[in-house]
Amino acid sequence: MSALLDYYWTNAKLSVIEQFQYPVANYFYMIGMIAEPVIYLVVWSTVARAQGGEVGGYTPGAFAAYYIVWTLVRNMNIVFTPYGWEWRIRTGQLSVSLLRPLHPLHSDISFFAGWKFVVIVLWLPLAAFLSLVFKPALNPTVLEIGVFFLAIWGAYLIRTMLLWLLGMLSFWTTRVSALFELYFALELLLSGRLVPLSLMPPWVQTLAGYLPFKWAFQFPIESLVGQLSPVELMAGLGMQVFWIAAGALVLQGVWRFAIRHYTAVGG
Amino acid sequence: MTLPTSASAIHVSRLSKTYFVPEREAGLKAALKSLVRRKTRAVKAVDHISFDIAPGAVVGFLGPNGAGKTTTLKMLSGLLYSTDGEARVLGHIPSRRERDFLRQITLVMGNRNQLQWDLPALDSFDLIRAIYRLPAADFTRARDEYVALLEVGPLVKKPVRNLSLGERMKMEIIGALLHQPKVLFLDEPTIGLDVTMQRRIRSFVAEYNRRYGATVLLTSHYMADVEALCKRVIVIHHGRILYDGDLSGLVEKFSAYKTIGVTLEDGTADLASYGAVVGNEAGKVSLRVPKTETAAITARLLADLPIADLTVEDPPIEDVIERVFAQGASEEQAA
Repeated sequence: MSALLDYYWTNAKLSVIEQFQYPVANYFYMIGMIAEPVIYLVVWSTVARAQGGEVGGYTPGAFAAYYIVWTLVRNMNIVFTPYGWEWRIRTGQLSVSLLRPLHPLHSDISFFAGWKFVVIVLWLPLAAFLSLVFKPALNPTVLEIGVFFLAIWGAYLIRTMLLWLLGMLSFWTTRVSALFELYFALELLLSGRLVPLSLMPPWVQTLAGYLPFKWAFQFPIESLVGQLSPVELMAGLGMQVFWIAAGALVLQGVWRFAIRHYTAVGG
Repeated sequence: MTLPTSASAIHVSRLSKTYFVPEREAGLKAALKSLVRRKTRAVKAVDHISFDIAPGAVVGFLGPNGAGKTTTLKMLSGLLYSTDGEARVLGHIPSRRERDFLRQITLVMGNRNQLQWDLPALDSFDLIRAIYRLPAADFTRARDEYVALLEVGPLVKKPVRNLSLGERMKMEIIGALLHQPKVLFLDEPTIGLDVTMQRRIRSFVAEYNRRYGATVLLTSHYMADVEALCKRVIVIHHGRILYDGDLSGLVEKFSAYKTIGVTLEDGTADLASYGAVVGNEAGKVSLRVPKTETAAITARLLADLPIADLTVEDPPIEDVIERVFAQGASEEQAA
């Protein structure tokens, strides 16, 4: 276990060093990413004001809080996509990973975890700026802050498992990124990324409760900005643990089968 | 060449790999048709090959592009599952990819990059230490030893992206050997490198083999690599083994000619009647003669002409290999 922790620490550290090689590029990338939530925020704030100050229980201040926290959760959610899988098969990088006595999943989790620390540091001034402009209604308790901190890492792990499962389809087809676009559409609607799920029809909310997307997106946001009870907060963390464990289990099963189909075309 | 399985570092028995490759005619009609009914063709990349390699041996694995060399190395290193047959490396079945197996092997490919592009190689070496769980003292000793042997001390702190191709290859080799593998699969390790760099890497591999008794299976299109490192060669073509034995035996078996180098005292004479003139440089004429007639022709030359110097040489190994491939191809066409 200590050897694995040493590997996680070393790889995460290298990731941090690598990200700081290009701090300006990283920052510009992050600034580019806030365009999407700012558009959602402006649209929904306008709708709320037009409807007498709120829509579905969300005031402009609540929307501001939701979408500002959204920016961090979205960044925490960035993991290795199927585009990346195609790249690493084509360039032979997957072969490099497979020759090592360590499951490649460890490499991805630790590398992106290091990146997340850089993301959090870069996000703080950005969040401060957005807060000055949009005035979020945000008064979290200590418990909510603690749960939020755990939930953003839970969200990261859930999405890692999901996109790994999707990425592994690369062993059967060389164009798995097309499937990713379909996945992305589902995730957009059922995760709370496009709009808080409470604004969606009841059947969509019910469906979303049975799927993993919400636990990787809306739950971490709501844990900080929502009105969740301590029981709901704990249940949410429990659902995250469930989806991480289920994802890891399925991933391990599929991996054993998938690896037989690897053709190492890229070297 | 067959050894008892238990005595072999690498044991391969009737190993095969078949790829199923999508295939269609050119044009829109064929493209639309392939949407409904996709045609595939079975390509036998490796076709029931067998060989054994003893611990500590350095063996050249030769063949033209597409012969099945890299596919074989990938099966032996656990990257690919075989379609048929058996492979064992250090007693392990490679496709199981057991940790203990992966800790004892390495696969170096000339076109592959395991180092972090934006960071100095030292950082990547540290990551390799963590991956292989190397004790700090062993890691530092191996790293410093290889850095000294390859004379890259001033380069290890430079970002990998700023290194030349040859310098990067040296770093790749260091990274691939930090865990001191017992079996090395080297796939074109000197590809694209200049002569000096090729020689340096060659001598490093030889030194590693001498110090640690590692088994090496090497593919290379540079015959200088093979001649410098390998006593034994395995020649593969279209997935089948054409020759397995000593390098000298390869020349003996496949070369029907020898080259006689003649330098005359007065420097002038027409030697075409003795054999095919294949070169004339600085007064030295090279004659290609049938191997069986070499002794007789040499005697005639010495009796007939004022000879200043005379040498009898085997043809260059490149020519011999080319002949092996040509023979293999013609046998397949005839079969």
